[in-house]
Amino acid sequence: MKKIINDPNQVVQDMIRGMVAAYPSSLKQVPNATVLARKDAPVANKVALISGGGSGHEPAHAGFVGKGMLDAAVLGEVFTSPTPDQVYEAIKAVDSGKGVFLIIKNYTGDVMNFEMAAELAEAEGIQVEAVVVNDDVAVEDSSFTTGRRGIAGTVFVHKIVGAKAEEGASLVELKAIANKVNSNVRSMGMALSPCTVPAAGSPSFELEENEMEIGIGIHGEPGIERKAIASADDIAEEITNKILEDIDYSNEEVAVMVNGLGSTPEMELYIVNAKVHQLLQEKGIKVYKTFVGEYMTSLEMAGCSVTLLKLDDELKGLLDAKSEASAFRI
Amino acid sequence: MLLSLKDSIDWMNIMNQKIQDNKQYLTKLDQAIGDGDHGINMARGFNEVVSKLSVTEYESVSDVFKDVAMTLMGKVGGASGPLYGTAFLKMSLASKGKEVDQQVFATAVNDALQGIKQRGKSTEGEKTLVDVWAPVVNFFQKEQEVLPNALINCASEAVEESKTIKATKGRAAYLGERSVGHLDPGSVSSFYLFESLAEVLEKGA
Repeated sequence: MKKIINDPNQVVQDMIRGMVAAYPSSLKQVPNATVLARKDAPVANKVALISGGGSGHEPAHAGFVGKGMLDAAVLGEVFTSPTPDQVYEAIKAVDSGKGVFLIIKNYTGDVMNFEMAAELAEAEGIQVEAVVVNDDVAVEDSSFTTGRRGIAGTVFVHKIVGAKAEEGASLVELKAIANKVNSNVRSMGMALSPCTVPAAGSPSFELEENEMEIGIGIHGEPGIERKAIASADDIAEEITNKILEDIDYSNEEVAVMVNGLGSTPEMELYIVNAKVHQLLQEKGIKVYKTFVGEYMTSLEMAGCSVTLLKLDDELKGLLDAKSEASAFRI
Repeated sequence: MLLSLKDSIDWMNIMNQKIQDNKQYLTKLDQAIGDGDHGINMARGFNEVVSKLSVTEYESVSDVFKDVAMTLMGKVGGASGPLYGTAFLKMSLASKGKEVDQQVFATAVNDALQGIKQRGKSTEGEKTLVDVWAPVVNFFQKEQEVLPNALINCASEAVEESKTIKATKGRAAYLGERSVGHLDPGSVSSFYLFESLAEVLEKGA
């Protein structure tokens, strides 16, 4: 393992100190908690938004804390959901009395820990609502299984629900808009190389020099298929088609996100983006806005994901609204 | 059976020892079908549990279970923290103000099982720790007398049986058919829990 770290068991604490040092005027750490919050939280007369999960997905989720997006992010150990007491600390720190909305990615651990925190908060009289994001089309969706994973599409949920909350929307209205985004967003990823969790010290899986894995999760969970590496155009086409098969985007307008998983050069992300745009154009799908870069990573994994969000006028307006989050400025 | 205050603390100490001894093994099992953090997380959690128990004075088994629950919920993370935390919280509630004989314990583990199922939205046959807890609950409810060896056999058979199941819950579910033949790490750590209990009961018998 070759990493720029001090102690594998202190990476989250060390990162939090570094983030607060980088954005002292907009971020603060909630005392004794692995929680980063807006400096001005709790914000009066606004429902507070909280997301979070395991660390290792930077800039998710703390990079999306800021006016117009999240009020706080809860940071778990690397790839491990934060505990209910940590989420509860975040809820208490940002609630202005108007309630708290949780944005959870669909992983068994995340859902349970956030739900327990919500129960603790409700017992204290704080109103809590939540959305569970499940945008990954690589995983079979069934009510009998854990269901689809939450990946990069979660960032669009942060952005749009964040903008709506800034307008003064109620918890009920936020839940409605969150569900709307979740039902219109789809993603899929692929990887060229694995990543190493600092405390584990060895790679989470192996890929041969000439191999790639299609449909991989952001913790290296297995995808759809492991096969010989293909060109950027072929990769973009396979991923995009899988997304387009899942919901009908024809004659619609979309936002596109081409997301790097940690160690993919921007050059390669733009090459993928060129093909995604071409494919969408051929199918008569209009691109309203494009985001290329690192939004939801998997430590130093090489690879990318593509996300498409179907837009209407309401979603367009909220996507265009101002955001001061360090990793998503609009 | 009668679980004394001292027994409940001994139970957690033995459990911690087993978890520390098998930390790498649990992680290896989890790397095969999950996300590879079960050993690391359980070892961190039970280490905190024994530290907490060693510096606190307790008046009842229920109080011990409550602290175990709160510590696991706060220190383990992932899916195991809420599941084991919920189990001990339910056992604490069920044994509150009572002497923990077989009948009380049977109710306590059954409440714990129901809590795990509710929290994890899971049931039997999905390759999770439920597949060990359910037969063990049945054991405490049906047996005339709790024989430590019989308890170990019951839990051990349940773990082996879980190997044949295809995972539909938890992170192993993404593997589908590929999960068959692997041991579920949560079932194995649950086996250690009941094996530890059997060792405590054996000593006290």
